Amino acid sequence: MSGIPHDHYEPKSGFAKWLDERLPIGGLIYNTLMIPTPKNLNWWWIWGIVLAFCLALQIVTGIVLVMHYVPHVDMAFASVEHIMRDVRGGHVLRYLHSNGASLFFIAVYIHIFRGLFYGSYKAPREITWIIGMLIYLAMMATGFLGYVLPWGQMSFWGATVITGFFGAIPGVGESIQAWLLGGPSVDQPTLNRFFSLHYLLPFVIAGLVIVHIWAFHTTGNNNPTGVEVRRGSKDEVKKDTVPFWPYFVIKDLFALVVILAIFALVIWTTPNYLGHPDNYIEANPLVTPAHIVPEWYYLPFYAILRAFTADVWAVQFASLVTGGIVTAKFFGVVAMFGAIFVMALAPWLDTSRVRSGRYRPAFRWWFYLLIIDFIVLTWCGSQPAEGAVPMISLIGSTYWFGYFLVILPLLGVFEKPLTPPATIEEDFDAHYPPKPAE
Amino acid sequence: MSHAEDTGNRRDFLYVATASAGAVVTGAAVWPLVDQMNASADVAALASKDVDVSGIEVGTQLTTKWLGKPVFIRRRTAEEIEAARAVAVSDLVDTDARNANAASAADASDQNRTLDEAGEWLVMMGVCTHLGCVPLGNAGEFDGWFCPCHGSHYDTAGRIRKGPAPENLPVPVASFTSETVIKLG
Repeated sequence: MSGIPHDHYEPKSGFAKWLDERLPIGGLIYNTLMIPTPKNLNWWWIWGIVLAFCLALQIVTGIVLVMHYVPHVDMAFASVEHIMRDVRGGHVLRYLHSNGASLFFIAVYIHIFRGLFYGSYKAPREITWIIGMLIYLAMMATGFLGYVLPWGQMSFWGATVITGFFGAIPGVGESIQAWLLGGPSVDQPTLNRFFSLHYLLPFVIAGLVIVHIWAFHTTGNNNPTGVEVRRGSKDEVKKDTVPFWPYFVIKDLFALVVILAIFALVIWTTPNYLGHPDNYIEANPLVTPAHIVPEWYYLPFYAILRAFTADVWAVQFASLVTGGIVTAKFFGVVAMFGAIFVMALAPWLDTSRVRSGRYRPAFRWWFYLLIIDFIVLTWCGSQPAEGAVPMISLIGSTYWFGYFLVILPLLGVFEKPLTPPATIEEDFDAHYPPKPAE
Repeated sequence: MSHAEDTGNRRDFLYVATASAGAVVTGAAVWPLVDQMNASADVAALASKDVDVSGIEVGTQLTTKWLGKPVFIRRRTAEEIEAARAVAVSDLVDTDARNANAASAADASDQNRTLDEAGEWLVMMGVCTHLGCVPLGNAGEFDGWFCPCHGSHYDTAGRIRKGPAPENLPVPVASFTSETVIKLG
């Protein structure tokens, strides 16, 4: 593996030498674990481990849940109740799986915003960032497919609304929707294929995670200063870094234990806090719940979807220019996916030569506003679209796009950044002054 | 070699032929994997359904499931008919009748939406044209239907009047086969 210079694997025992000549797996594990890691990483850098743990948790609990679940419209709901009441430890397994999804998304949002603040997406880590965005999209798809499986009211109507997005595509939309559903409406073929894909996608995510790790092991980790590790010699590297094992493994595992303690508390006290009571009513194609809300982790993008109604001038303009092909419905769908797309373009939209938000006095306020915007949009998505909510959603959506498409490019031109420390060592020593001579 | 570069040679031909054959074979192999997701024969078989409407009183509505979707069959009151007919077509969001039984150019006037001349029987898919939820009857700002998902208001003829939905509730192929039976499809 290329990247930061460091000591390489030397097989010691006879067996290790024998194996290394045939399959260099020892070197792969060694190089992965011993990667020189900037020694000034703060606590915002622990979420990668949490994410890896969540993926493992979801796959393991998912595999055992499948041993009891039946993907049939007449039996799915009952089989989930069977898991909850009759299967030994079944209720814990299911709560771990359903709340595990929430922990997964909490972790991924913090991880993404960490990257946005410290400029982790900037050159040379664009590929890491893009792969991360693909993982995030695959996570959203997996979460949606999984939520349909219990075949409750929210499952059914969520599936109807979300597949309706594809029906909004001009011309071919309805055929695509019917192709996705396997018929004119959400029914048995839909449930069966969603089950199949829900089982598949986590392994796709696992593959992408390997590429994600591979990419940042080649470029090296970013760090709070945004200053690169010096690569002139191994001695220089040693001044800026410590090996991932054991230093950061222990730190990350400690953080994971704290987070899992809180997670366990949620599982044992309020496992349904993030769920919807309507999903404990079996799916009924003839009755829509009074208020359809997606899971909390989709809410900001759901708010963006709903923000662009027919009375918004941008929608009317798009409709006029395209001769009515772009309707409010299609515009909303494009805006929702576009909100994620502009985030993926951040490496090319951010023109500042300084990487970390720590040394960008103007940037940081716009960034904090983006965090507030994200929280406000989450709230908007959870509310019925009435009163002030549509207007707030529209303002929030506008800021989201404005941040990426206008503010990031302009800040690089107008902002006068502070001077980052010359080296990571300097930053580290400023926080932890070296002890006088030993 | 310049001669070969100018005109191409046997090897170039073999590359192109192999790549073309590979693309065709890959496409032929992938297509069944894509096509299997389309509606299967039993699902696609366009079923028609006879609905007994003798029990529907004036001012009430029957919801029946057809093709996996709800169909509203409403027997409208005189006030509902009057309210729907009082609206000028130019005031509507969607001026198309969206009626599979009417001419394709028909406008969305109330007469073009109902099954009978008198306008008593209104048959529509109970699927919001926004994102597919089931609208609630006797609700909304126009006393017709209201979709709880994203707030679309339909009037007493099932025409979209307010909210994100782009089209009127569609009227499926339907007809009276006797005094009391409506055939869907």
